[in-house]
Amino acid sequence: MPWMPARRGERLTFATLLGLVVLLAVVPIARLAQEALAPHGKLDVGVLDDVVHSPAVWHAAGNTLTVSLGGAALAILLGAAFALLVSLTDIRAKKPLVFCFMMPLLIAPQVTALAWINLLGPNSTLLRALGIAPAPGSAHPLYGPGGIVLLLGLEQAPVVFLAVRAGLRALPRDLVEAAQAAGARPWRIVRTIVLPLMMPSVAAGGMLAFVGSIGNFGIPAFLGIPAGFTVLVTLIYQRLAGFGTSALSEVAALSLLLALIALCGLALNGWLARRRDVRVTAWTTATPEWTLGRLRGAVEGACWSGLFLVLALPFAALVATALVPAIGVSLTPRNFTLANFHFVLFDYAATRRAFLNSASLAATAAVMLVVMAVPLGYSLAGRRSSLRQAVGFVAELPYAVPGVVLAIAMILCLLRPLPLLGLSLYSTIWIILVAYLSRFMLLALRPVTNALRQIDPSLDEAARMSGARYARRVMTVIMPMVAPSAVAGGMLVFLMAFNELTVSALLWSSGSETVGVVLFSLEQAGDAVSAAAVAVIAVVVTLGMMLLSNGLASRVARGVLPWQP
Amino acid sequence: MAAVTLEHVGKRFGALAAVDDVSLRVEAGEFLAVLGPSGCGKSTLLRLIAGFERPDAGTISLGEHRVSGPDAFVAPEDRHVGMVFQSYALWPHMSVAGNIGYPLRVQKLAGRELARQVDAALDAVGLTGLGDRRPAELSGGQRQRVALARCLAMKARIVLLDEPLANLDVHLRARMLAEIAAFRTLSKATLVYVTHDQAEALGVADRVAVMAGGRVRQVAAPAALYRTPQDGVVSRFVGPGTVARGEVTQTYANGHAAVALFGREWQIRSAPGQGAGPVEVCIRPEDVAIVSPGNGFAASVARVLYQGGRTVVEAAPASDPGTTLSLSVRSSEPVAPGATLHLSLVDGWVIPGR
Repeated sequence: MPWMPARRGERLTFATLLGLVVLLAVVPIARLAQEALAPHGKLDVGVLDDVVHSPAVWHAAGNTLTVSLGGAALAILLGAAFALLVSLTDIRAKKPLVFCFMMPLLIAPQVTALAWINLLGPNSTLLRALGIAPAPGSAHPLYGPGGIVLLLGLEQAPVVFLAVRAGLRALPRDLVEAAQAAGARPWRIVRTIVLPLMMPSVAAGGMLAFVGSIGNFGIPAFLGIPAGFTVLVTLIYQRLAGFGTSALSEVAALSLLLALIALCGLALNGWLARRRDVRVTAWTTATPEWTLGRLRGAVEGACWSGLFLVLALPFAALVATALVPAIGVSLTPRNFTLANFHFVLFDYAATRRAFLNSASLAATAAVMLVVMAVPLGYSLAGRRSSLRQAVGFVAELPYAVPGVVLAIAMILCLLRPLPLLGLSLYSTIWIILVAYLSRFMLLALRPVTNALRQIDPSLDEAARMSGARYARRVMTVIMPMVAPSAVAGGMLVFLMAFNELTVSALLWSSGSETVGVVLFSLEQAGDAVSAAAVAVIAVVVTLGMMLLSNGLASRVARGVLPWQP
Repeated sequence: MAAVTLEHVGKRFGALAAVDDVSLRVEAGEFLAVLGPSGCGKSTLLRLIAGFERPDAGTISLGEHRVSGPDAFVAPEDRHVGMVFQSYALWPHMSVAGNIGYPLRVQKLAGRELARQVDAALDAVGLTGLGDRRPAELSGGQRQRVALARCLAMKARIVLLDEPLANLDVHLRARMLAEIAAFRTLSKATLVYVTHDQAEALGVADRVAVMAGGRVRQVAAPAALYRTPQDGVVSRFVGPGTVARGEVTQTYANGHAAVALFGREWQIRSAPGQGAGPVEVCIRPEDVAIVSPGNGFAASVARVLYQGGRTVVEAAPASDPGTTLSLSVRSSEPVAPGATLHLSLVDGWVIPGR
């Protein structure tokens, strides 16, 4: 049964919320397109033409494609293999395995990059203890495209994993059983039945990983800039940082180029996802669980040591760096110090401010978006599905385009004083908040719409029958039922916003630094120990949020928390 | 005065006319059952009355108050119409008492008076003391009662029931049906009860509206519906029996017609003004009797269905082998498939031509 159409008070609320969504998502992107294509109100592709014919741009675009394709390929390899392992075999401790496997996606890329820099650099405590550290002064082995591909692949592997796991969950069991009846062994079934059927899922996941890699700023900024290896994202950053707002038209054109690459990838992903839905019929049941037998111990060992290698070891290196007084000092009981943490949390104004800024920005964005998402999702549930899809698409836009693109769009929109109010948000902390509201809207909206889809519309109708008006229904019936999912969505927003660097790197000003920004500045200034301390705190906050939201897991709509198996 | 009046109401979903030109009056205090196969539009009809759907055509009035029409639409929250949903629609985050008291709290009732009225509703449906439970802790039958108690507490003058027994075990249905009848006595409300189960509809309702293809085919008291179905659809859907093809040769003033059927001529009940010509005749099992050879017409036994004390026999007349007559005999009478019986019609109904 369809949900009831809306009346009176609800219409006003709904119209307001829709207006907000359009204002936050559509207007900035449209403004960006206008600046790139018609900077003076008239169609003028001169800037775009210059950009397209610049060798530096072509070089950066080539680099972007190279590392993104490489990262996506690695992500497919890792993500698909892990999804097959978790979905099809009787491997033990799946929950903690998945939780750990998802972590690289949740931990900020700049933190990951910093951890790996600390792990493998000439000053690595670990490598020096083993006596295999690169010679002091030599180039860091991770600087350059190879290191970028490695970290992009690790970061994006969970994205592929999620796509393939979803595909495997929809795998018709009878297709596998028919192969078993025909006498095929598990490995043969995987090769000849499961993998061919999963190709659309794998490709769709890979496409998402590709798009995610294109927009990634933290990894190429930390590993590319020191090696002079420029991708489109860092090129935009450097142009804007170097030339200021005078370069706006040029970076707008660059951003449009980047956004187009990303949107093409997403369109391809949508097409692949639709193909997948056609291929897999409705006969879905649980996927088979093959016993690994004697191999099980070995496979589990491989998984855990792999995770140890890419998670625990870099993080340990980060912690080790954070606990010594200066870079290059080895961690011994005598050298052990908590001074770095004290320094970044209490003494150093910029980092202290950054933690406060990031926490309050993330919390404000989370609360505001959840408060918006519940009535918006509720109203959408009663509307035509075409409107639902349109709003879903619009809300996805600022999340799908690379963060730098959104940041440039926000600058273009908010540089001049706001109409009516007469004040400019540019170079205040508010522009970052607006950008976060735009970028993370989807993360708050999606869990609410998912949860509402799982609620019987008659529960709302029963409240109407009882005489409850719109506001009361939202407060007493809808809100309590979607609360767990809405809160989980809010936590995701907090997590992403707190760890965010890409957007704020372009929007920050003195006084409105974020954690990501100070981390970047400290690293660039060579203060490795303080940077490590900031990164450790960021990881602890991230982990804490993930564990906290796990407490909600049983009451949250399925699929809201990505790290829930 | 009518409690619910529908005039030429229509509702389309895309190309499908879910409700098609329906006019219906439900009298105050009446228990009307809406009977029809699934997909006939009966649930949509209920949702139109509740206000969950807005009609494309026609008007709906509650009492003298027009609630749906081209120029007016009263939102469901302002209609004060109770509804028992097929899924019961109990809010999982509220206790039983919270569910029942919700409409009262909406009406700004609070404190002791609220508690008193909730307890009274709980007592009325036999759930005394279960107010603190969560809906998830209740059985299907108990949830059903909570849904009834919620309508009772809100003192709705009109209560709509959407297949309320569909989700219950068979053995619970008779009891819940009695419960609903008791609810009616207690609340004195007007009840509109949607079901696809004719035993439910015929057993408890004052009148039954039979729906098919989005239209109301007939509205009548259960006995009238059974004895004088207005068309072949109603005749086939309500009650057991057969629809046979015959020909009216003559009509009489006493409400009977002479009908040529199975090679003989019979006196069969007919509507006033029935004309001569080919007709359909509704024959119930009790209208068919076994007679001695030489009388009646011959029919061969196709199937025998033992049902305890009585046995249902299905037989095809020799003159019209495409028709299967069913009749009920005492199980002590020996009847075997393939045997030839001699049958006679003691009653029947000429279905009025349209």
